Amino acid sequence: MTARSRLALAVVAAPPLVFLLAFFVWPVASIVATGLFPSGRFAGGAFRRAVEGGLPGVAWFTLWQAAASTVLTLLVALPGAYVFARYDFPGKRLLRALFAVPFVLPTVVVGTAFLALIGPGGLLGIRLDGTIWAILAAHVFFNVAVVLRTVGGLWSHLDPRLEEAARLLGASRGQVFTRVTLPLLRPALAAAASLVFLFTFTSFGTVLLLGGPGLATLEVEIYRHTTALFDLPLAAVLALVQMAGVTAVLLAYSRYQERRAVEQALRPAIEVARRPGTPAERALVGGTVAGTALLLLGPPAVLVARSLNTGEGWGLGYYRALGRPGRAGALLVDPLRAVGNSVSFALVATAVALVVGLLAAVVIAYHRGRASRWFDTLLMLPLGTSAVTIGFGFLLALDAPVDLRSSWLLIPLAHALVAVPFVVRAVVPVMRAVRTRLREAAAVLGAPPRRVWREVDLPLVSRAAAAGAGFAAAVSLGEFGATAFIARPDTPTLPLAVFRFLGQPGRLNFGRAMAMSVILMVVTAAAVALIDRLRPPGLEEF
Amino acid sequence: MLEVQRATVRVGDWSLEGVDLVVGDAEVLAVLGPSGSGKTTLLRAVAGLQALDAGRILWDGDDLAGVPPHRRGFGLVFQDFALFPHLDVGRNVEFGLRMQGVPAAERRRRAAAALERVELPGIERRRVATLSGGEAQRVALARALAPGPRLLLFDEPLGSLDRGLRERLTGELRRLLSSLGVTALYVTHDQEEAFGLADRVMILEAGRALQVGTPEEVWRVPDGEQVARFLGLRNILDGRVTGSRAETAAGTIPVPPGTPEGPVRLVIRPGAFRLDPGGTILGQVMARTFRGEAYAVEVAAGGVVLEAHLPRAPSPGDQVRLAVDPAGITHL
Repeated sequence: MTARSRLALAVVAAPPLVFLLAFFVWPVASIVATGLFPSGRFAGGAFRRAVEGGLPGVAWFTLWQAAASTVLTLLVALPGAYVFARYDFPGKRLLRALFAVPFVLPTVVVGTAFLALIGPGGLLGIRLDGTIWAILAAHVFFNVAVVLRTVGGLWSHLDPRLEEAARLLGASRGQVFTRVTLPLLRPALAAAASLVFLFTFTSFGTVLLLGGPGLATLEVEIYRHTTALFDLPLAAVLALVQMAGVTAVLLAYSRYQERRAVEQALRPAIEVARRPGTPAERALVGGTVAGTALLLLGPPAVLVARSLNTGEGWGLGYYRALGRPGRAGALLVDPLRAVGNSVSFALVATAVALVVGLLAAVVIAYHRGRASRWFDTLLMLPLGTSAVTIGFGFLLALDAPVDLRSSWLLIPLAHALVAVPFVVRAVVPVMRAVRTRLREAAAVLGAPPRRVWREVDLPLVSRAAAAGAGFAAAVSLGEFGATAFIARPDTPTLPLAVFRFLGQPGRLNFGRAMAMSVILMVVTAAAVALIDRLRPPGLEEF
Repeated sequence: MLEVQRATVRVGDWSLEGVDLVVGDAEVLAVLGPSGSGKTTLLRAVAGLQALDAGRILWDGDDLAGVPPHRRGFGLVFQDFALFPHLDVGRNVEFGLRMQGVPAAERRRRAAAALERVELPGIERRRVATLSGGEAQRVALARALAPGPRLLLFDEPLGSLDRGLRERLTGELRRLLSSLGVTALYVTHDQEEAFGLADRVMILEAGRALQVGTPEEVWRVPDGEQVARFLGLRNILDGRVTGSRAETAAGTIPVPPGTPEGPVRLVIRPGAFRLDPGGTILGQVMARTFRGEAYAVEVAAGGVVLEAHLPRAPSPGDQVRLAVDPAGITHL
């Protein structure tokens, strides 16, 4: 690397690095210091108390429920990924968009939707809240979209001639799948599995709403120890254990990816997909689509239905009740203000996440090597760090040099921190996939390097960036753990409003929570759809 | 005028070693070589996309070392065309002009003219993904032509097209290049393409230049066994020349005037043989392949296998007598 390109790298890498140091490393370090070194000296007692207080059990539960959720999600999603990749059928585009909705739904909404289904007075008539089944079901619901997107995305571009070649060489259908298709899909499978594992490993809102005694993840325990028990040292120990687990997964994945990178000749998806021909194929496509639709669209539908069923017939009673004072006489939340708060936080958070994420993606995509791999892992860390830890760290650390603790900026900054990895993950693969030939073609036609980036990379990347922005907005709108900590009582967001209603007794408040969840769901879907519209057309090949 | 002097590129244990070439103004030079010969590396070095480990590349006497690709003013047609998928045909063709800061109206006019020249008028609004292979090739050519490059580089631009289309486009390209009077360096592994297009041909193998000359020269007098074999001439046999005849393992054959006396290595074109009861080569037919115009017949004679193109086909196993026209014989 020349001195000049080293300087350019430093200039590009500096803003994301500073952002990360100021809003992640520093707050987390502060909370660890406060917890483990209360008087400047190491207080090891917290570790002993953690082990005695059931840390191994909590860690084990966190681990196995995440593993079980991941395996279940893969099993449930793979048929759908296959059908969407290889077949063409009416309504495919609409269904593909609809099936992505659960992933961008806030955890609070997912929790509430499952309460509506299998909670008190639930549609299915069985009470599963407070059991592991509720948690697993919600995790599968939430993450199927991740697998559909990543695995289905690669699958739809795999050259079917490779499978045909294997068939002609004497492989049975089963052998083709295990010897050809599965190995080719492995990069996407690994990416999807590690993402799902991370999400469920650090699951907070879902477990808080659907779990019960003995069903607490590390994240929930951190929350309980900081807010309910004020046991900061113990919370710090739990946060450290969780971070260690997340780091291990991220490092393993990054290593695997470097080793496994197989360059594949990918084909446009249009060439690969075809209409189902035989009755068996039609049954397969119809059955899979219907099953997936029932799983992914059922819970939100039930949520909407229950928010409209007031007990005295159908109507908007719960929605109207949102604006009326609660039993204590005080207005719990002004719904319009909560919408306003959430939307403005989301706008700022998305802007910050886009700038930071794009700069970071440039570093990761164009400079391969150890430093850039570490940078990548560092950027992913906030995703796996307890949101509660981040929120609490913000309150502890961000008083100097500028006191941000009472600023509204704190909330979008915390959201951006969690959203940056989504932008990076969406953009880096596309940046790497822009063929060198296209850059060379632009250079030979007279474009200087910076112009090449603007004319070739940027337009191709912007679509991915738009998708990343959509995720960022969704993350911000639905973020719950950190916001629960740092939002001031007079600036509640939509998820906080839902949580407040759920925490109040009575059928009316349960209904209000349903209604608020529906509002949050609609706002989130609208934001994602809007950003989806903004992306440039004509890039279907990628 | 393009001059390449002792160009050397080393990649692992493969290298392009000390290649010299000159392309005069308005001349088309084809670099002909099998895959792995280094022809694309040479082309990329000229374009500035590949740094030289040694040697120089000059344009009109100026050393191009340190001049980045975007300041060389060369056009390049890629093997896979490398059309920008996010731009329509018109904006692809205008790209180079836009980089030069040409105003929009002028750009559109010149892009339209370039598309007209490649016989695809009026397709500016088409999306790149909807083009057929032949159309994409022409659009790539129009894009390279539009900015008015001082040198056009072609990297096997017809390589991915089917045979019929390739033959038609070779002819069109030849007429287009001569009507424009443009200087061009054309890289290919297909000798028909090279011979059909180029004023001169350079044979490149394993990173070394073996021969440079007009297509006729290279075809008539291949410089060494490697070139002969690359051109598909497989009848290579050792002989001893006395006067106008040569003793070979296959029999005594006539040689053209000017062949040196003594031991010599001869190349016989398959078309130089004819069936003749008085012929000097007695052999047995091993195999035959119908080639349309003639049969390609393998004849074993005196321990060597000769390939002969004959209008009538004897059956495998037949004994035949062959005579040779000395005009179809060259010594190496």
